[in-house]
Amino acid sequence: MTSRPTDSGLAPGSASRPRLSLNLRVWRQESPAEPGGFQSYRLEQVSADLSLLEALDQLNEQLIAAGERPVHFEHDCREGICGSCGFLVNGQAHGPQAATTVCQLYLRQFEDGATLSLEPWRSRAFPPIQDLVVDRSALDRLISAGGYCSVNTGQAPEGNAMLVGQEQAASAFATASCIGCGACVASCRNASASLFVAAKLAHLGQLPQGQPERQKRARSMGQQMEAEGFGSCSSNLECEAVCPKQISADWISWMRREAR
Amino acid sequence: MPFAREYGGTLATRSFGGALVSRTFYARGQTGQQLLYGAYQALMRQVALGRVELLCRRDLLELVTVDGVARGAVCRHLLTGALEVHTAQAVVLATGGYSNVYFLSTNALKSNASAIWRAHRQGALFANPCFTQIHPTCIPSGDAYQSKLTLMSESLRNDGRVWLPAMAGDERPPAAIPEAERDYFLERQYPAYGNMVPRDVASRRARELCNAGHGVGPGGRSVYLDLRDAIAREGRETIEARYGNLLEMYERISGDDPITTPMRIYPAPHYTMGGLWVDYQLMSSIPGLFVLGEANFSEHGANRLGASALMQGLADGYFIAPATVTAWLAGHPTPAIAVDDPACRAALERARGRIAALLQVGGRRPVDAFHRELGALMIERCGISREASGLRAGLQELEELEHRFHSEVRVPGSAEGPNPELEKALRVADFFGLAQLMLRDALAREESCGAHFREEHQSAEGEARRDDANFSHIAAWEFRGDGAEPLRHSEPLCFTALQPSTRSYR
Repeated sequence: MTSRPTDSGLAPGSASRPRLSLNLRVWRQESPAEPGGFQSYRLEQVSADLSLLEALDQLNEQLIAAGERPVHFEHDCREGICGSCGFLVNGQAHGPQAATTVCQLYLRQFEDGATLSLEPWRSRAFPPIQDLVVDRSALDRLISAGGYCSVNTGQAPEGNAMLVGQEQAASAFATASCIGCGACVASCRNASASLFVAAKLAHLGQLPQGQPERQKRARSMGQQMEAEGFGSCSSNLECEAVCPKQISADWISWMRREAR
Repeated sequence: MPFAREYGGTLATRSFGGALVSRTFYARGQTGQQLLYGAYQALMRQVALGRVELLCRRDLLELVTVDGVARGAVCRHLLTGALEVHTAQAVVLATGGYSNVYFLSTNALKSNASAIWRAHRQGALFANPCFTQIHPTCIPSGDAYQSKLTLMSESLRNDGRVWLPAMAGDERPPAAIPEAERDYFLERQYPAYGNMVPRDVASRRARELCNAGHGVGPGGRSVYLDLRDAIAREGRETIEARYGNLLEMYERISGDDPITTPMRIYPAPHYTMGGLWVDYQLMSSIPGLFVLGEANFSEHGANRLGASALMQGLADGYFIAPATVTAWLAGHPTPAIAVDDPACRAALERARGRIAALLQVGGRRPVDAFHRELGALMIERCGISREASGLRAGLQELEELEHRFHSEVRVPGSAEGPNPELEKALRVADFFGLAQLMLRDALAREESCGAHFREEHQSAEGEARRDDANFSHIAAWEFRGDGAEPLRHSEPLCFTALQPSTRSYR
C-alpha cells in the first residue's frame, strides 16, 4: 500500500526528504474483558519528518480503508505538553529518545526497516481500556488528595509582596513541569507513582504559598498513592530516565523527608 | 505558580508581540501551561471537597432548550458510547476556539467547535466568525500526514531576527548567504517595532514573500528566525537559559540545531477571536447559556495580543462568571427539568440521528482525509488574507466537499464502545457548518480589520484599511435552518473615552 495520500497538498520539495519503512508490532485489545495480543503491520516509505503518532495516523487510514478497526491510542496536544499520549516503544516508556513524549518522537530516530513494538502502560493502577489506551485517572485522584493549596485565592495581593529567589523559582518550575503522562509509573518495576507525587510536593513545597500544609499534603498524597495500588519506589531510577520533562529522582528522597 | 523571578525575588517580565514595553509575567516558555496546572489543582481541590463532580471523556453533542432557555445538554460518553442527558438551571460552555477548522493549527487535535456550533444551531448568535488569528512563529509543515503545527513562544522574536534571502529562488543554505544578501524584512518595513510587530502583520509579510518566491525549506513555505546575533551578543548559555526547552523542542521536531543554523518558521492558525455572542454577563442570546473564554467572541475585538487570552481566562472565569452565573441562578430558581422531558428526548433524538447517519454512509475515505481537504480550503480562502472572489469560490468548494463527506466518508465501528473515528466525524461535520459561516462573515465584512485582511481594502503601503463608517460593529449571525441563509445582525461599537485610530507599527 502506498504511503502517499492522493488528496492533499504534499509540499513540493518534500519528495527529496528522507523516507523509511517500518515494521510495527502493536498491542491490540478490544476491551478489558478480552485478552490482547500483538498484531504486525508494515508501513512503507513513510516520511522521516513524521512523529510516531502521525505514522499511526497513517496506519489507521490504511486500516480504515481495508475495513479493519483502527489502532486506538491516546493523544491530544501533539507537542509534548498535555500528558495524554504515552506507550512503550520496544519496552521503553515514550521510546528511546530522552526527554521526549511519543508525540514528539520523530521517525528520523529509527533505522529504515526497524521493528517497533508498541504496548500500553502496564500497572495495576492503570486499568486497560483498549489497545494502547489505559485509564490514568488514578493520577487525578492523587492530585485531589492534596496536590493543591487549600486556601481560597481571595483578593489578589500585590505580586511582589512575596519575594521568591530566582534559583528557588527555577527549581520549583523544574518540578512543576510534570505533565502527568504516567511514564514513571509504566517504567517502574513496582509501578510506583513516587516521581509524580514527589514532583507535585516539590513544586508546591518550594513556593511560599505551599508552605502551610506541606507535611499534611505529603502524608495525604502518600496514603492515596497506596490506596490506588501504586507500589513503593523501586530505587531503580528508571522513572528519571524516561521522564519526558527530565524531573530528577532526587526529589523522591526529598519527599521521604517531607512525609516524616 | 512558579513565575520567573529577578535575582532580588521580584517578578520578571518580558515583552510580547504588539507591545514595545516589557510588561508580562511569564514562566519560561510555558506560562499558559503553568496557569492551567494552577487551575487544575484548584479544581481538584473542589473535587476532593465534593463540590465539583468531574465527568471526563464526554463530548457535548446537543444543547437542551425549553421555551428558548438553556436547560441542559446531551453528551456522549467516549468510552461506552452512551448518550447522557444532563439537566440544569444554567449551562456554561468553556470549550475553547475553533482553529482546528483549518486542520493544521497550533491547537490540540481534539479541540473542536461542536459545543458552540450546536448551541448556535439552537439559537445562540455566533459573532465575528471570520476573526481568526494566524500566529507567525510556528514550526512549518513538511509531509502531508503532518497533524500539527507546533507553536513556539513568540518570546523568541525578542532575540531572533526574521529574514529571507533577498534574491527569490535562492537555494543556498543559510550560512552561505552573506549578510548583504539577507532581507530582514520586518526590521526593514517596521523600523519602530521590527521583529515585534503584531502577529497578523508578521504573518502576512511572511506569506507575501514566500508567495513571491523568497521562502525557504520544503516547498518554500517558511522564513528564517535567526538567533545568531543574540548568541554573539549575550552568549550561548544566556540564550539557552532564556528559551530552554523551546530550542530542544524545535530540534526534536525539525532535526536542526537552532544554535548553529537559523530556525525555520511559518504562520499557523492559533486563536479564534470570534465565537458565541455574549452580553456583559457572559450570557449568550439563549438565556441561561453562558460562554467563557475563547468560546465566546468578547474582549479581543478583531485581534488578540500576546498574553491577552490568559487575561480573558482570568476575567471571565475568576471575576465575571462567579458573579453573573450565581445571579442568574438566584433569579431563576426553577427546578431542573426531568431527563425524559420532551425537550431532552428531542435533543437526544437529534444526536442519535446524526450518529446513525454518519455510521450508515459506508463510503471509502477516512474522516481525516476530508478534514485535511477542509483545512486546505479554509487556509487558502479564509486564512492570512481574504478576497471576495476567493471567498465566493470557497463557499462553492465547501458545499461540494461537505456533500462528498456525507456520501463518501467511512466511519468504522459502531455507536457503542470507544470509537475515535466517530468522535472525529461528528466534529468534522460541525466544522463544515462553521466554515461556511466563516466564509460568509469574511465576505460580508468589506474592510480590513485586525486579523481579518481583505486584499481589496488596503493602503498604498499594504496596510489594513478599516471602514469605520460602515463596519464599526459586531456581526452576530443567526441560524435559520439547514439550507436557509443565516441572518446577519449588527451590534454597533460605541467608543466613549478613546476613539479608534489607524495603527502604525512603522
